[in-house]
Amino acid sequence: MLKESFLNRLRFFRPKANARGCQEEKTADNWAEIRCGQREWEDFYRRRWQYDKKVRSTHGVNCTGSCSWDVYVKNGILVWETQNTDYPDCGEGYPNHEPRGCPRGATYSWYTYSPVRLKYPLIRSSLMEMWREALGQCQDPLEAWTSIIEDPEKRRRFHKDRGKGGFVRSSWDEAATITAASLIHTIKKYGPDRIFGFTPIPAMSMVCYASGARFLSLIGGSMISFYDWYCDLPPSSPQIWGEQTDVPESADWYESTYMIVWGTNVPMTRTPDAHFYTEARYRGARVTAVAPDYAEYVKFADTWLPATAGTDGALAMAMTHVIFKEFYMDRQVDYFMAYAKTYTDLPFVVVLEPDNDTWSPGRFLRASDLDLKSKNAQWKTMLYNAADASFCVPNGSIGFRWSEEGLWNLKLEENGKQINPLLSFASEADVWEKVSFPIFELHEASSRIGITPVKKIQTPAGEIYVTTVFDLMAAHLGILPIQAPEATADYPTGYEDPRPYTPAWQEPITGVPQADVIRVAREFADNAEKTRGKSMILLGAGTNHWYHSDMIYRTIIGMTTLCGCQGVNGGGWAHYVGQEKVRPQAAWSQVAFGSDWIRPPRQQNGTSFFYFATDQWRYDNFNPSVLHSPLSKTAPARHMADYNVIAARLGWLPSYPQFDQNPLELCKEAMEQGATSDEEIIAYAVKQLKSGKLKFAIEDPDNPANFPRVLFLWRANLLGASGKGHEYFLKHLLGVENAVFNQDSTLRPEEIKWRNPAPEGKLDLLVTMELRMSTSALYADIALPAAGWYEMHDLNTTDMHPFIHPFNPAIDPPWESRTNWDQFKTIAEKFSELAAVHLGNVQDLVATPLMHDSPGEIAQPEVNDWRKGQGEPVPGETLPNLTVIQRDFPNAHKMMTALGPLAEKVGVGSKGVMWNASDEYESLKKIVGTIDKEGISKGMPSLEQGKQVAETILALAPETNGEVAVKSWAGVEQKTGLSLQHLSKARQGVKFRFDDLTVQPRKIITSPIWSGIESEERRYSPFVINIEEKVPFRTLTGRAQFYLDHQWMRDFGEHLPVYRPPLDMVTLESTNVKRNPGREIILNYLTPHSKWSIHSTYSDTLTMLTLFRGGEAIWISDEDAKKIDVRDNDWLECFNVNGVVMAKAVISPRIPEGNAFMYHAQERLINTPGSKRSGLRGGTHNSVTRIMVKPTHMIGGYAQLSYGFNYYGPVGSQRDEIIVVRKAGEVEWYED
Amino acid sequence: MRIKVQYAMVLNLDKCLGCHTCSIPCKNVWTNRKGTEYMWFNNVETKPGIGYPRSWENQRVHRGGWHLNAGRLELKAGGRVSKGLNIFHNPDLPTIDDYYEPWTYNYERLVNSPQRKHQPSIQPQSQLTGEPIKLKWGPNWEDDLAGVGETGPGDVNFKDLDYSVYLKFRNIFMFYLPRLCEHCLNPACVASCPSGALYKRDEDGIVLVDQERCRGWRYCVSGCPYKKVYFNWKTGRSEKCIFCYPRIEAGLTTLCSHSCVGRIRYVGVLLYDADRILEAASAPSDQEVYPAHLGILLDPEDPEIQKVAAAQGIADSILSAATRSPVYRLIKKWKLALPLHPEFRTLPMVWYIPPLSPVKHHTESIQEQDFIDNLRIPVTYLANLLTAGDQAPVRLALKRLSAVRRFMRSQRIENKVDREVSESVGLSEKTIEEIFRLLSLARLEDRTVLPRAPVKGDNLFDSRGTCGFGDSI
Repeated sequence: MLKESFLNRLRFFRPKANARGCQEEKTADNWAEIRCGQREWEDFYRRRWQYDKKVRSTHGVNCTGSCSWDVYVKNGILVWETQNTDYPDCGEGYPNHEPRGCPRGATYSWYTYSPVRLKYPLIRSSLMEMWREALGQCQDPLEAWTSIIEDPEKRRRFHKDRGKGGFVRSSWDEAATITAASLIHTIKKYGPDRIFGFTPIPAMSMVCYASGARFLSLIGGSMISFYDWYCDLPPSSPQIWGEQTDVPESADWYESTYMIVWGTNVPMTRTPDAHFYTEARYRGARVTAVAPDYAEYVKFADTWLPATAGTDGALAMAMTHVIFKEFYMDRQVDYFMAYAKTYTDLPFVVVLEPDNDTWSPGRFLRASDLDLKSKNAQWKTMLYNAADASFCVPNGSIGFRWSEEGLWNLKLEENGKQINPLLSFASEADVWEKVSFPIFELHEASSRIGITPVKKIQTPAGEIYVTTVFDLMAAHLGILPIQAPEATADYPTGYEDPRPYTPAWQEPITGVPQADVIRVAREFADNAEKTRGKSMILLGAGTNHWYHSDMIYRTIIGMTTLCGCQGVNGGGWAHYVGQEKVRPQAAWSQVAFGSDWIRPPRQQNGTSFFYFATDQWRYDNFNPSVLHSPLSKTAPARHMADYNVIAARLGWLPSYPQFDQNPLELCKEAMEQGATSDEEIIAYAVKQLKSGKLKFAIEDPDNPANFPRVLFLWRANLLGASGKGHEYFLKHLLGVENAVFNQDSTLRPEEIKWRNPAPEGKLDLLVTMELRMSTSALYADIALPAAGWYEMHDLNTTDMHPFIHPFNPAIDPPWESRTNWDQFKTIAEKFSELAAVHLGNVQDLVATPLMHDSPGEIAQPEVNDWRKGQGEPVPGETLPNLTVIQRDFPNAHKMMTALGPLAEKVGVGSKGVMWNASDEYESLKKIVGTIDKEGISKGMPSLEQGKQVAETILALAPETNGEVAVKSWAGVEQKTGLSLQHLSKARQGVKFRFDDLTVQPRKIITSPIWSGIESEERRYSPFVINIEEKVPFRTLTGRAQFYLDHQWMRDFGEHLPVYRPPLDMVTLESTNVKRNPGREIILNYLTPHSKWSIHSTYSDTLTMLTLFRGGEAIWISDEDAKKIDVRDNDWLECFNVNGVVMAKAVISPRIPEGNAFMYHAQERLINTPGSKRSGLRGGTHNSVTRIMVKPTHMIGGYAQLSYGFNYYGPVGSQRDEIIVVRKAGEVEWYED
Repeated sequence: MRIKVQYAMVLNLDKCLGCHTCSIPCKNVWTNRKGTEYMWFNNVETKPGIGYPRSWENQRVHRGGWHLNAGRLELKAGGRVSKGLNIFHNPDLPTIDDYYEPWTYNYERLVNSPQRKHQPSIQPQSQLTGEPIKLKWGPNWEDDLAGVGETGPGDVNFKDLDYSVYLKFRNIFMFYLPRLCEHCLNPACVASCPSGALYKRDEDGIVLVDQERCRGWRYCVSGCPYKKVYFNWKTGRSEKCIFCYPRIEAGLTTLCSHSCVGRIRYVGVLLYDADRILEAASAPSDQEVYPAHLGILLDPEDPEIQKVAAAQGIADSILSAATRSPVYRLIKKWKLALPLHPEFRTLPMVWYIPPLSPVKHHTESIQEQDFIDNLRIPVTYLANLLTAGDQAPVRLALKRLSAVRRFMRSQRIENKVDREVSESVGLSEKTIEEIFRLLSLARLEDRTVLPRAPVKGDNLFDSRGTCGFGDSI
């Protein structure tokens, strides 16, 4: 550039014009100027923008955004990222998915070279010293590890150092050797079911999830579920539809004409999708927002209903009251009536049970009650056919699913004869009877009496009284049919009468004016009537993260079902929290859980696991009798943990460790006792169980024999993010200093052995594979450096859009970091080497629960506990399934890195659908190449590289391979007697390869694994296949269920949707902790998802920290702040019996009085001072929470109430919790 | 008539998610280095609030922009004489604490910490001094109304309103204001610079600080009423939003609008009459500046304008882009977009569509005639922000937004063309349809309409082989 003199640079002396001949000009009275010459310096910024390449990749976990990004490399340095905008079009009349991305993802490149990144394998120094010394003495790694871990003093020495710094650099070989030695030690001494792996949300990086899951499944370890544990799983979804979660893609919001957004902060947590929400308004959609605070999504609403946090069920019950009364009773809407008859259980018939002077709703009437001879008659529910005034057995109930008659469909037929279901007996009742319903209020439960039309039926067992679900709903809601002879005193006289469940009733509970409730309910239903179901309710953590999440959701979802919105584009529920959708689910799970070699894998439900492993059950003072229905006639269990033991014993829930004996030893013992076949080994185990010689490990979780011993975390920050009851984790699982102020509960389980003192430090070894020094890495024994998302091949999908798209490496993993796939390969190789010496090829007895979508889901029509003499223990019926498996430990590495033979021989499938994959297996040999090395995997498709794993998933999945899609329908067609292949036929010839996805994200293909249709003409909406094609829901009746008749559901008063208030945590003694004098307040503690991180990821990037206040913060209202004399940005000490967290006060008029919002996953690493109360560093957001389990989530072996991994099971809720908040004043930093 | 070209932007606040995605690629690409840590060429503020830097809107404090002195336009901070006299002392500069002292953490400590008594944790330390600091402000301190109970009373847009009514839970309102350089037609920063380092580009109106010529006087910093020029403490020069000209020159949109997932940003070409800048900026009253500003924006479809533009050397590709300009339609044709604080008299070229909000009372229907006054965000507040307090343009924009919704709803639900609605806001059915498409359906290529690579010159053939080599050849 031109060198210029100082004088030239002063404006008044600068020469004018330039070579290009364009004149400088003055404007605005010569004040402003336009310049066109002397602009060579502009290259300054141009050079910055220039780059060498851009690569398509994305971000891998704990975010459902699934956004495709360009990653830029300049001078060999990964510099920044921008969003891709080239998604396939959504079709005429729809906005596109473009540009997808959010501020969090946009900062990901910060991590690549950041000082918080793990660069080398790290090992706790105290462990490293002992290890090197031991290995020096004995050479054999297993012996060395044994000498440390079986010496209580040495074990304790490195355990107590966890989390206090002191990492030293190691090598991959050394780290893998210690890890392998600990695995072998555990398998040998305790059994492989004492080894666990935790990683969440496979959809966002399938290969990474599969890495450890595959290795651990092959060696008999157990993966721990996350979706239920996170409380993101809505148990209501399996309860109502038998479906884990299936939701509209965000573009379908645009099709809606009335939206209630109810506890999901769309702009904040579904940032890339939120434009469909804002844009639908211009297309004419009206919006109501239900939120306790003035949340971001309220900004876009027409109406804000500020319902008190946790009371949403009351609001929904009142809206349901209005809708039911005005659209079903006062006036019948044809569309709603037809929908209710065809797709819901409302016309199904329920047997009434006598209850003093009144009646109680009992079980569904089944074919077996009338002694009708038919296969699975106990599982065929009945309704009343108005056409010929008779009770009939319509197609589609779950009995038909497993009877192979081709009648599992939603045609309104019985044996081919058309039927017209009667919704209500009101017009032809034999008699009207009083029926009791439970009512739950904050401090007590009571009941109300409704009046129901009844028909009497003569059965072989005598006369029974029956009514319909519809009639029960009316009576339960307090709406009197006009035909009813008289009302009971419990019926409200009108909306303004504050009896359950009127708009006036909800007003003091929710704080929402009744007029608003009536208006919104009418608008919602009226809109649905006019549009045939295009009313939508968006739901999320705000309504789902509660102890009674299922009941809140059932009340809300009921509104969409009543208005015929489910299975309609633009209508129905739209649940958005943590929902994961591995689009190529069946193919992926085959690879991820090693089912191509060995079936079944061990898969543990997270909430139960952590409840016992971290000993939170010992503190549980929630007496089940408080939760029980006041109308129940059975005695509740003594303790919540008792229910979990029963669930494990009856095969309802998985439970690992399984038994109090090493399963390898058990097999060996059986054979020593003469067993010669798998069946005899199983028979031996059953005999031992029956005699009580063999116990379930869950009956004695504090026995060292039953500890979890090795835990792997990858793509997961269990301790810094999801670990509810964080301080209990520290105390019992890790054995380090902690801030638990709680005491053992006086409530003691009857099914569990109590041991004193409580064990501390159960886990032998904690290994994390991490990009960065997270809380989990900090507390680990071994921290292995993982590749970042821009450094690998992988696959990514979501339910928010219909595309599958890739990760590609922009750079190779820097320093000594490795991809998860390579990390586990390294460990597998070392493990196999040591296993050849120490383990060999042996038998393992695997217990698995009665799974949903398997014949086991109709195993237990009644609850009978063999332990209590109610029948015999039979595997797969009254016990878990038992399978003997050959564990070829020395070949673990070879198996991990090749696609095994079962894919070809047995097939691929999921959700009860299976198909043969031999063609794909053959073609994969050509696509990914085969293994050359001698051994069991020779000639098989290679899974050595992450990209090969991705190609394998793509080739095997119906969603990405049109041929597979078409053939995968065969099984469903057989069961349903319907023709369904046409749904995939148009794309039969489509086959995606990895590099196709790199060119452009691709739209997946319709498959029987999902309930919606993927097509060019419409957006994805769930249950469309059920509604349009008449494929049943995977429930007891085959329909969407309002009524859940399982004995436990009725015992807990949850057979119908009902309002259950938040738990009374004051009575549950959450704040029963030593209090200091001074001003304190008690607040309901909410932990919504954060704006400045995706869980804990990005919470430490400097950009995110800069954009909001630089560390842990907690939001409270101006009113509450005044009470404790706190100003914005002061330090707060927040505590309860579970622990303490320190955070900066954020005071805002957006927050309602009585609530504290601590945005989720704020770690204790950044800007966290000491707490005077604990004498320790302030904790994480989960330091003041604990696990509260709900028995009804544990039900199993009963149609849709059957276990599935990440599919059904108790949830780890946290929103009912309360904290004490006080001003912290000057804080100390505990720098020593 | 002197026709000039301005690349301009419209942001639809009715759609803004407040997500800040716009700010991040901008930060990553342009201000991610020493000396620029505290700079956000693009930032997003929550309203109500006082923003970044603190109270930037309050010109009684910062004395930025222009005012009329006896009918004559003059920099608020004083004319050339006063500047000359005070060249070594500028009393109007914001301090670093008004922005925020940029901080970082000793992250290595988490990885390298020796065994300790307490778990290691890292604290903020200044990026300027390396010393530990207590955080007191940031580029987004008031996110989602954080602390606004304390800062809100200082929000100048509450003029003529009782802020205490609105800063209460049941009455609270909220919206976001993303901000970047306004690339004004009458830029106070350019006028303030004693070195002549700031200038407006002829071809696109982008306002730049010449990094070779800047002497670091910082009068641009105080002169800009939007506080969108920043001083780089390391290079000693000022820097500001460059409207991503290296991308714009290739026909790509700015990083902030490319990355806007709310799809609220529209970028396009405007033509204006440079001869009438002074006249517009000197409108007699503050409320007359906006209409005057509108008045100098020229209709690109007017054959007369096209003829003059062509004669003055404006290329066909630019004229073509101007006729398809989404920002022209939003600003001038439909009057949905309004300028930010026109009373600063810089004639800003980043405009905003005001946001609708939930109704504050329990009304039977949002279709009531007076519903604009029932919205939670007071019209007065928006008028103070966008039209120097004149409510009429704000009301018109809000009514038109609402009319689009009602019109589309009746079409979809009732299958009825509601002419009453369209007529009530003076728009034809076709225009309503057009507005709907632009606000709702527009793809990236519809939201950004720019000429591609509008480079002029005689030696482009040579440039093909040499561009990028810089001074070395």
